[in-house]
Amino acid sequence: MQAFLDVFDIYLLEAVINGILLGGVLALLALGLNLIFGVIDVTWICYAELVMIGMYGMYFLVQYYGLSYFVAAPLTILLVAVLGAALHYLVIAPLLTAPPINQLLATGGVLFVLQSFATVAFGIDFRNLGIRLPVLAFGDMNFSYARLLSFGAALVGMVAVYLFMTRTFTGTAIRAISQDRQIMALMGVDTRRIYLITSALGGALAGLAACLLVLLYDVHPFVGLSFGPITFLICVLGGLGNFIGGFIAAFVFAEIISLGGLFSDLEWGYVLAFAFFIVMMFIRPAGLLARRR
Amino acid sequence: MTGQGRLAAWGIGLAALVALPFLYRDPYHLHILVLILIWSFAYTSWSMMGRFGLVSLGHGGFMGIGAYVTALLWNHLGLTPWIGIPIGMVAAGALALIVGYPCFRFRITGHYFVLVTLALSGIVLQVITATRDYTGGSLGYTPDRASGNRLLALQFDDKTTWYLIALAVWLFGIVVWHWVDRSMARYALEAISEDEDAAAAAGVDVTAEKLKITLLSALMTALAGAIYCQYQMFITPDTVSGIAVSLQMVFAAIVGGLFVSLGPTVGAIITIMLAESLRIGFGTKAVGWDNLVYGLLLVLFIIFLPKGILGSLLDRLKKPQRKVTRAHEQEAVEIARPGA
Repeated sequence: MQAFLDVFDIYLLEAVINGILLGGVLALLALGLNLIFGVIDVTWICYAELVMIGMYGMYFLVQYYGLSYFVAAPLTILLVAVLGAALHYLVIAPLLTAPPINQLLATGGVLFVLQSFATVAFGIDFRNLGIRLPVLAFGDMNFSYARLLSFGAALVGMVAVYLFMTRTFTGTAIRAISQDRQIMALMGVDTRRIYLITSALGGALAGLAACLLVLLYDVHPFVGLSFGPITFLICVLGGLGNFIGGFIAAFVFAEIISLGGLFSDLEWGYVLAFAFFIVMMFIRPAGLLARRR
Repeated sequence: MTGQGRLAAWGIGLAALVALPFLYRDPYHLHILVLILIWSFAYTSWSMMGRFGLVSLGHGGFMGIGAYVTALLWNHLGLTPWIGIPIGMVAAGALALIVGYPCFRFRITGHYFVLVTLALSGIVLQVITATRDYTGGSLGYTPDRASGNRLLALQFDDKTTWYLIALAVWLFGIVVWHWVDRSMARYALEAISEDEDAAAAAGVDVTAEKLKITLLSALMTALAGAIYCQYQMFITPDTVSGIAVSLQMVFAAIVGGLFVSLGPTVGAIITIMLAESLRIGFGTKAVGWDNLVYGLLLVLFIIFLPKGILGSLLDRLKKPQRKVTRAHEQEAVEIARPGA
């Protein structure tokens, strides 16, 4: 046992566990994006920027209006959900029949808009909530409560989405549309309404992620760039639209970043993750869990 | 326009462009023109792939490699940019082949291709930032001032010289565009962008054709990065590489028009003039406004004018309105999965 512990020294174990905790939040982000892709067949390049707006929402609600964290969180989730629905209504809906590349690029334009809107409206200062959660010491390892809380909340959020998708009529309709988008219109399902609901749900997940990430990171207009690309890579690695694949891929990526960051700079963790992604694309182009047909 | 008339128009336009710096010497305006020409060349390089449905967000990476390899070789090994630039181009081309070959071989298209190339520009940006001991990281990098021969170091203080160099490079880009436009490769690539399987069945070597255009595009983008570096004498990871630069290329090419040779140039003129006029009009208050306008325009253009300004204008001018647009201009290829 002692020999085992010597090999896996305490920092390694800490990094592994921190990676799992990070993976929870990444999985939540990936779930929202996968939902949008699976149902509407659109990739929101600006997804991380929605999260950024949500983080600013939390910041202002808590710091300026003095609301408590747990009152501000539902409001933020609602705000981002409305944003998600608006994004669908204004940008995606007119482009539904356009080539997929055009939809991708249009949301790329929204990325610029949201980023520069935040720059213009809030400035480029780094801001944080000012909530400092205590650190949990376990043996020689330290874990912040913020990470534990966000991991737990992310899991709860994912379970809630799962129940919604399997136990409600609307959820069943959403899953049905992702299987065959032509036939569902003939079955009397209003696809436009379902798309709007899905977008709002995707937005709400981004909002939840924002409430959690604001505990871990400072907010600035470009914060989306620090986890946005990773989220896309997770979704692609898991197979776009594949919820379980995305879930697993999130933890794989989180571990690579966390362990890479342990042995060297954090940037090298990202480089490793990106490189791993490119290699995996060649081994399993349709995602980790794709069946070989 | 007849062929001769078109040639005459090009000739007169070029003569005017060459003569310009000798008649009009305002350094600020020349600086803007040089920037427009260099970026036009970069955007043209991107559009050579983009017009065939190969939307790459990795070109920020190629540009960064061109710029940083040239500057690093000059500073650390004292290698003249005349050799450094080709080495940078070869490095970018090699990377394009390494990533491109498996992509095309395994039929990674559509969303998947976009996201793989996105990862590529992410890698280049992070590597430049991570190797900050050599590249200066996100603080940027400056090639050393040449002590001896200016020509050998490819460093000129004179704006007119740079204007002529940029003009030549830009013209080279346009010529290559037309060369591709007239080659057999264009027909092969258009067939591929409409239906890969059908193209392959008709005897088109899909992988080879895609690789050729990707290599060409990457080489030219790296050249643009190197020239930009030599002109500005200061590069940061964010100005020459990364996802923002890639998106900027896509944006300018789409606004100007993807399917016409001067489209990306028009896009560069619009974007750079917009950024500059906002900067002059609002000063430091304008931080962020240019991107806000870019983003809005990008969304509006994709919804209402997917062929871009110049493309739509030319369509209007052509008297017999061709009703049937080529399919690849309307519809991108379905995502093909291997073994499907």
